[in-house]
Amino acid sequence: METRRHKHLVLILAREFASNLATPTLIADADGMLVYYNEAAEAVVGRTFAESGEMPIEDWAQTLAPRTQESEPLPAERRPVWKALNEQRATHERFWITSAEGIDREIEVTAFPLFAHADEFVGVVAIFWPD
Amino acid sequence: MRLKIWGCRGSVATPGPETVRYGGNTSCIEVRLEGESILVLDAGTGIRQLGVELEERGARRIHLCLTHLHLDHLEGLRFFAPLWDERVSLELWGPPSPLLSLQERIARYFSPPLFPVDLREVPAELSFHDVPKDQWTIDGASLTADLVVHPGPTVGYRVETTEGSFAYLPDHEPALTGEIASRPSDWISGSSIAADVDALLHDAQYFEDEYRQRIGWGHSSVDDAVAFTRAVGARRLVLFHHEPSHTDEALERLEARARGLANGRGPLPQLAHEGMVVEVP
Repeated sequence: METRRHKHLVLILAREFASNLATPTLIADADGMLVYYNEAAEAVVGRTFAESGEMPIEDWAQTLAPRTQESEPLPAERRPVWKALNEQRATHERFWITSAEGIDREIEVTAFPLFAHADEFVGVVAIFWPD
Repeated sequence: MRLKIWGCRGSVATPGPETVRYGGNTSCIEVRLEGESILVLDAGTGIRQLGVELEERGARRIHLCLTHLHLDHLEGLRFFAPLWDERVSLELWGPPSPLLSLQERIARYFSPPLFPVDLREVPAELSFHDVPKDQWTIDGASLTADLVVHPGPTVGYRVETTEGSFAYLPDHEPALTGEIASRPSDWISGSSIAADVDALLHDAQYFEDEYRQRIGWGHSSVDDAVAFTRAVGARRLVLFHHEPSHTDEALERLEARARGLANGRGPLPQLAHEGMVVEVP
């Protein structure tokens, strides 16, 4: 029988960790799917995770219109989550977003890859540092 | 498919007059498959007596699947008679570790001051495997392993044949990552291992009040074991990994509690006991 595979244990543990933090935190899996963000992050992006649901992280990022200090669109390769996913390294960036309620916010984001083993990349954690 | 339980005690072997009905040996399950291979799950002290019987039966090809390397799941291996028989081929499967190979980790138990004989001196033909990420097959049985919530690298096993399926999660604390009943199944540790199995052998070490004092130790309370069974749709629950301080009478109270929680849905939860044979389905 075909069964629905549960998330990697590292993601399950990361979600539980994030759900207990007051720091806005987001989790994506190794395929680039947004799989969770916590209540603190909901306040930053202006939408609950229940409303967003699981979706490709790139699609989700576009809804926030990330942009530079000069109001230019922030290229994907400068976005911390994109770098952590595609280059599998920790990164940090400061930029602007517009929340789902239409509020412009300057945020700093730190993203880092999660490895269950040296050769087993399982996802990304991103932490937002709102001003 | 038939399983025989050779040990179901958790944490440490507890022989004595207060544990005779359910047994004091630590975790070990024998699975009888179609072919000549013997599948053994975990190497707690129960494996010693199994080894005696396997030698009498002339078993030559044995697969030993370890959930993890805590002592109560490994301490019997050094006294497993087939290990000391050069005619035996023993394949060991276990969870991968980020640092050391399975062989290197097991070799620690076969070295001074813990043991006088080095692993290299074992006469049986040994081979060591990290459990694959995907399903694999042993003598007509399909096995799946996946990491589960327990301190250190730990897996649960799912075994399926044309006859039926069972899951073995002797050390598992799924409630550590949130209330089981309120979670989507793909966010529940162990859920894909145990989904819709005919029989689930699951950690039920504690009463609820005991668990509240031991959160994070890697084991489940009886109510969480029942909730997990319901969440994954397992058809039958066998309560496993008995708390060492629980006498036979205490275990029977725990079983009664599980049956009350199951509330008449499906077969009644049952305590594992040494010598118990579980027919699947």
